[in-house]
Amino acid sequence: MPKESLWGLWIVEILVCVKRVPTVGGKIAVTPDGQEVDTRASGFSISPHEECAVEEAVQIAERAGGSVSVLTLGPEAAIEQLRGALALGAGRAVLLETDGREFGPIATAAAIAAEVRAHGYDLVLLGNEAADTGDYQVGVRLAHELGWPVATGIKNLEVSASSVVARREYRGAEEAYQLPLPAVITVKEGINLPRYPSLPGRLRAKRAAVERSSPARAAEGLRKEALRVPTSSQHQATVLGNGVDAVPGLVRVLDELGIL
Amino acid sequence: MSVLCLVELDGADLADVSLRALTLARTLGDPGLGVVVFADSASVPMAALADYGVTDVYVIEPGTLAGYAPQAWGRVLAGLATETGASAVLAAGTDRGHEVLAHLGAITGLPMAANCTLVTPDGGRTHRLVRHRWAGLLLEDAIMEAPVALFTVATDAVAPVPVGVSAETPHAIARDLSAALPARGTTPGPPEMPGSLQVHVHKPELAEADLVVRATESAGRAGGVSLATARVVVGGGRGVGGADGFAPLEELAELLGGVVGVSRVVTSEGWRPHRQQVGQTGTKITPELYLACGISGAIQHIAGCAGARRIIAINTDPGAPILAHADYAIIGDLHQVIPALVAALRAR
Repeated sequence: MPKESLWGLWIVEILVCVKRVPTVGGKIAVTPDGQEVDTRASGFSISPHEECAVEEAVQIAERAGGSVSVLTLGPEAAIEQLRGALALGAGRAVLLETDGREFGPIATAAAIAAEVRAHGYDLVLLGNEAADTGDYQVGVRLAHELGWPVATGIKNLEVSASSVVARREYRGAEEAYQLPLPAVITVKEGINLPRYPSLPGRLRAKRAAVERSSPARAAEGLRKEALRVPTSSQHQATVLGNGVDAVPGLVRVLDELGIL
Repeated sequence: MSVLCLVELDGADLADVSLRALTLARTLGDPGLGVVVFADSASVPMAALADYGVTDVYVIEPGTLAGYAPQAWGRVLAGLATETGASAVLAAGTDRGHEVLAHLGAITGLPMAANCTLVTPDGGRTHRLVRHRWAGLLLEDAIMEAPVALFTVATDAVAPVPVGVSAETPHAIARDLSAALPARGTTPGPPEMPGSLQVHVHKPELAEADLVVRATESAGRAGGVSLATARVVVGGGRGVGGADGFAPLEELAELLGGVVGVSRVVTSEGWRPHRQQVGQTGTKITPELYLACGISGAIQHIAGCAGARRIIAINTDPGAPILAHADYAIIGDLHQVIPALVAALRAR
């Protein structure tokens, strides 16, 4: 439960989890061994859902009082992504360092749970799914490890002293969940518009210490064999013409497709 | 052995996404195909389930379960999987499907593979599968070793095919499943229609801890077609130019019985609300037609619209990446082409 401060405000300790992934632009390619995304020509970032999770954590801490820690599980290079979150207002950074090999969702959740138990938090925020592996389960598995309630795919969050109200969309309707704290919430892009880092924020992030540990990696029942680019996903469009002159042809096509 | 599939309802019908999941479930080749549906038995469309080769229906009547409670749903699936000796439990790759299967994975300690396009039993506890990575921009070939295979189905890569109807390849990123279904003119799935469905009604007793997180549903937006299930989507991107440029797109969408979707730049500029975003971090769509107007076609956007059966692009740039994914294109300014198209359609 969040602690009450001297001024009667409550203080919420938030952990936000991010993942270093390649920044994929116009094209995505796989290394010759089929094991990784080819990153020779790309930078790295965190997924849009996670950018929003960081922003949400910082906003909650600004409103309520409290602290934001940022965690990543990944290689040493992922410190770049931790510093990105520090520059936006996180105060503390934790690297769960790996040798670069993928952790499955079960091992990832277990490693995050160990950090949560060791430090103690009121709220853990994650992205709904990582941009690369798209496993859609680390938040839920983390909640089960901790025995905490969890809500996923959240696009609106109100935090109060002992609970959160989390909202999301379902088939055009809105679903609301009320969860007692401590809780795990996974968020989606659209919950907020992430800010840009300030210059003082960037300078502070550069100097900040990063706490490190090296969790154990266990094999899981789901094993990647290879990645590949889907075949026949690209062809070239039949050009119907230029400007308004092409409209009659377009109407004909719509007719043929049975749209009209 | 049998397969269990969580299905969702859309009003009085089975949700389209669940029909897609059932189509994939049938290819696993188990003699029994059970579905789990959380509803009153009277509201379950039994005939539609039979059309998709379902043999057993497990109806979970509300009781303590009024309102969607993801952990409780996961617990119920875990119980049914044990009771029926299921070899696999699956759901459509929706918010609910992913969430409930993740709970089921956590409850049972088993792995869960999200957004599969093909799953093949490979003897014993082994399944070979193909799943989406990067929202379908890449495919992963993987092996699952587990007493019960848990997975969700990438609904934008699998077309819904009833038993006895020929499979037609959807315009989708992954075509693996089409290869797994028998060719046109033959009957996919069990050769005979099940004469009768076995209906099992359950009223589970659940622990309070599984019911802590429970949805209250608001009335929702008034009517209208949802982006995820629309038959036609008229997409607008940076080329629309601003928040006030969408009126012709709305008009066209209405004429075609569809809805407007937008690219990520449109929502991050605040021109339109995020719920209209098509793409990796927005909605994945599966319309008959996607009309992409002023959208260059970043791959994160393609990940959201690759499940469209046909794509027509309207773009001023003949080199725009969207043209490599579209079936037809008009090279021109959407601000001229769309009003002219609307006028032509109104004149018919």
